[in-house]
Amino acid sequence: MSETAETIVPALIERHHQKLLEDWLTCQVREGVLRGGQIKEAELADQSRRFLGELRRSAASGRTLDIAARQWAPAREVLEELVRHCAAQGISPSQTAGFVFSLKEPVFALLQRELIGNAPALAEATWTISALLDKLGLFTTELYQKSREEVIRRQQDELLELSTPVIRLWDGVLALPLIGTLDSARTQTVMESLLEQIVASGAEIAIIDITGVPTVDTLVAQHLIKTVSAARLMGADCIISGIRPQIAQTIVHLGLDLDVVSKATMADAFALALRRLGKTVTDIGSTGGDALRPRRQRN
Amino acid sequence: MPVEARDTMPVQSADDVVKVRQAVRARAIAAGFSLVDQTKIVTAASEIARNTVDYGGGGTLCLELVREGARRGVRLTFADQGPGIADLEQAMTDGYTSGSGLGLGLSGAKRLCNEFLVKTAPGRGTIVTLARWR
Amino acid sequence: MGEIPILQIGDCLLVSIQVDMHDRLALELQDDLTNRIVASRARGVMIDISALEIVDSFIGRMLNNIAGMSRVLDAVTVVVGMRPAVAITLVELGLALTGVRTALNVDKGLAMIRRIIDAEEGGGAGRGA
Repeated sequence: MSETAETIVPALIERHHQKLLEDWLTCQVREGVLRGGQIKEAELADQSRRFLGELRRSAASGRTLDIAARQWAPAREVLEELVRHCAAQGISPSQTAGFVFSLKEPVFALLQRELIGNAPALAEATWTISALLDKLGLFTTELYQKSREEVIRRQQDELLELSTPVIRLWDGVLALPLIGTLDSARTQTVMESLLEQIVASGAEIAIIDITGVPTVDTLVAQHLIKTVSAARLMGADCIISGIRPQIAQTIVHLGLDLDVVSKATMADAFALALRRLGKTVTDIGSTGGDALRPRRQRN
Repeated sequence: MPVEARDTMPVQSADDVVKVRQAVRARAIAAGFSLVDQTKIVTAASEIARNTVDYGGGGTLCLELVREGARRGVRLTFADQGPGIADLEQAMTDGYTSGSGLGLGLSGAKRLCNEFLVKTAPGRGTIVTLARWR
Repeated sequence: MGEIPILQIGDCLLVSIQVDMHDRLALELQDDLTNRIVASRARGVMIDISALEIVDSFIGRMLNNIAGMSRVLDAVTVVVGMRPAVAITLVELGLALTGVRTALNVDKGLAMIRRIIDAEEGGGAGRGA
């Protein structure tokens, strides 16, 4: 890029920035920029003024096309704010980038007016500003992408929390129904929830039900073993339930040693847990006794 | 990777190991680590610090708070001028120990970290770098 | 008598680890405990680690040693009060506290020791003085 373009473009924008802003706002209305959101005209005008202001300053700093440079930080910040607003209001990424691209028309018009008769300079200036606005527009799209990824990551975390409830099945018995795949992130959350509940309830038996876990391979088995070991360190024994026939076969084929009692159903596991606690279930009226009730106090 | 803060401290005695744990804990809290993540990096640091004192003849720790974009982490570099580790591969195998007891120092610590690097040679000392991200 | 107090509850000894341990202290504790187990004919040893924020392989070694010694002296060792973050880290560390029983707290620890001793002796006979 020649010295001409690098100094001419910023200089022209600087000198005519008032008219440029007016033209841009008119153009925005005509093109329906950021329509569909709830951004009021006054707000849009304000954003535009700020962006144009930062653009002028950054372009004049001599780093006209290097938008990643420090000098462009204020302009980038304005765009970050814009993207946040737009993303929150469901305005599409292209529409959001459209805010930047819509500046092309008034600037081209400005350059044509001022550089008329100097074809080479006009061509170069047009190219420079076009390249600059393209970069800024793409930057906006990238920002949009990142904010979406942030939302997804946050939702994943929430999903993780929601999908590992720990249930107090009975006095001293916890149940942990696992749904979905057990990866290392999930295992961490599961362990934390389970151990917290062990501390809170003083439970000595935890039933981990894997009916909802689609496959059990070596890695999943390792995660299960870790969870069982951690619970043991907190003084709670685990029983694995919900072992489907295919899972049982896989475990044997892979030579996995789960080293923990396992049952086919949660009901079986619960019956075992009760036996260990020295309890039994009897029919009401058969012995004249009360139905099994959870103990209210500890002795 | 940009370093937000850096400290150095001696790792020469059992008391220093205690101080190392406290310093690493403080950094981990500053980096916004969850309690479990804090415990992991402090435990790893404790393992390596003990090694530095017991086998390395004492050394130093360089403790850094690093940031890459939104991610923050803690990086620890333990260095000593001790005899070095002759067979690193063996030392990294579970259960191996040159003293008495459970071994596990290096391989265990590695499992607790996101990054783990050992530079060592017989007679040339040892440098262990470990890092954990939030 | 070292820095770590050893309490006696019936025929059990209770040790509460509050401070950061280092070699000298750990050795002293193991010595003291061995002596006390013999002197009091204790049948159970309870190690309360609820104050420990970190358990590394050094502490792990110490706990294993204590459990080993006690077993030889016919006493049951139970470690109580492990914090969840510590348990999760230990599992990740791969530290096998084999031969060390664990319970949630002192109450449950005592109950566990009672159960084991009673099972071994098939009754209430032989409680240590």
